[in-house]
Order: sequence, then C-alpha cells, then structure tokens
Amino acid sequence: MLYRSLFPRDLFADLDRLQGEIQRNLEISPSIRGLTRGFPAMNVGSTPKSVEIYAFAPGIAPESLEVQVERGVLTVAGERQPDPLPEKATAHIDERFAGRFRRVVTLPDDVDTTAVEARYRDGVLHITVPRKEAAQPQRIAIQ
Amino acid sequence: MTDNSAVTKQAASSRSDTALLPPVDVIEDTNGITLCADLPGVPKDRLGLQIEADTLTIEGEVTLTIPEGMESSHAEVSLPRYRRVFTLSKELDTEKVGAEFNQGVLKLRIPKAAHAQPRKIEVRPA
Repeated sequence: MLYRSLFPRDLFADLDRLQGEIQRNLEISPSIRGLTRGFPAMNVGSTPKSVEIYAFAPGIAPESLEVQVERGVLTVAGERQPDPLPEKATAHIDERFAGRFRRVVTLPDDVDTTAVEARYRDGVLHITVPRKEAAQPQRIAIQ
Repeated sequence: MTDNSAVTKQAASSRSDTALLPPVDVIEDTNGITLCADLPGVPKDRLGLQIEADTLTIEGEVTLTIPEGMESSHAEVSLPRYRRVFTLSKELDTEKVGAEFNQGVLKLRIPKAAHAQPRKIEVRPA
C-alpha cells in the first residue's frame, strides 16, 4: 500500500529550485540587457572597516574611467575603444567587449562616501569605500 | 617565454585545476594572426605562455590586493585563474611569436611562415 507522506515535498518548489540551479550554472540570466552580466565584471567584498569593489576592466586608460558616488550608489562608467580592424583582415573570434559601459553598485548605509579611494592596476579597478567611524565595531569598557 | 621551465612546471601542476575562460579576439590578415586576450588582475610575472608543437596555452593567475579579513559578498570572477588553449595551424611560424602584455590585455602576434605568405606573380606579356 502506498502511503502519502504527512509532509510531502512541494514538487513545484523543487522544480523552481532546479531551474534556478541550472540557470546559475549556465549563467543564463533573464536580463533585458542581454545574457551576460555586463562589462566590467565585478567582485564585491567587505571588511569591518570598508567595502571593497573590484571592477575587471582591462586595457582602459585610467583617466577615461569615471567613478561616481551619488546618494549611496556607486557608478563605474567609461569606454573601451575597439581595435580598428586592418584592411583585408578577418575576425575569426570576437568576444572581447568594446564600447561604452556603465555599472552601478548600491552601497550600504554606513559608508563614508567622502573618502572613496580608487586604484587601477593590471586591468582591475579597485575601489575602497571606508565605513563611518561610528559604524565600526567598538569595544565598550566596563566600569 | 624566457623562463620556460617555470612555465611548464606551473602548467603541469595547474592543469587539473579549474580555470576561467578569458575572452579573446582573433584577427587574421595576410601576414599572420593577432590574438588579444583579456586577463584582468594578472600581473606580468603571473602570466604563462606556452607553445608546444601546435598547441598554444595561455594561462594567468589573478592577484588582487585584498585587505585582511575581507569577506566576499559577490563574485563574478569566481576563480583566481584563467586558462585557454588553442590549436595553431601549420602555416604559422611559432618561432617568431611576439607578445605584449599591458593592463590585463595580452596581444600576441603570430606571423605566417615565409612560404605561406601570399606572393604576387607578375604576368608578363609574351
């Protein structure tokens, strides 16, 4: 005899989870701006003292990069010039990004946007946004 | 490709490791092939280029300045290594490969061997 479990699994939730997993693995995002997440690729990390943002934007003149903070939103924008195709040349593979780009990151509330630091090295733009003094963990002495 | 042994060693030890596929442009003109690859975060001394028989391997290790105790909250470059392998055709001259690496962009120039270059044949009136 077949028993119906008292707590059956929600089949549709399982399917949803499976679909989500497949999408993540294949990186198919149903974004209106295309299949990829955009240029430059970004990594974000945090420490108790700062928020660290790494934008992977190789081969760009640092002066043509724009980093802007406005109302808690950090914007990285710029342009990557396409290499001109020489005459009578054939492009067999054309995967590298060219053109204007713009990506935004929402910053947490406890950051100090007046002391943002940005460095460009080896094709990576590294932005450090410090957290406000008051927001950093403090040890309170017990009297 | 000055220190070949180090490159080979590195390649052998990391072959089984997973790596990211860097985006490339490959452009062919009459004299050769130009390959550009995006390897952001790779310093010059962590780039490995190897040509073995007709296989070209591009490898790079991502080195970022990460402050102590950083916790990653979002990562699109999720592995610290790039690798991509290409098979070169016979008419390419692997002895004369030129490489430039600048701000994370690798530019390789692989010329065609002299005998494979186009020659114009003059037609003379008889």
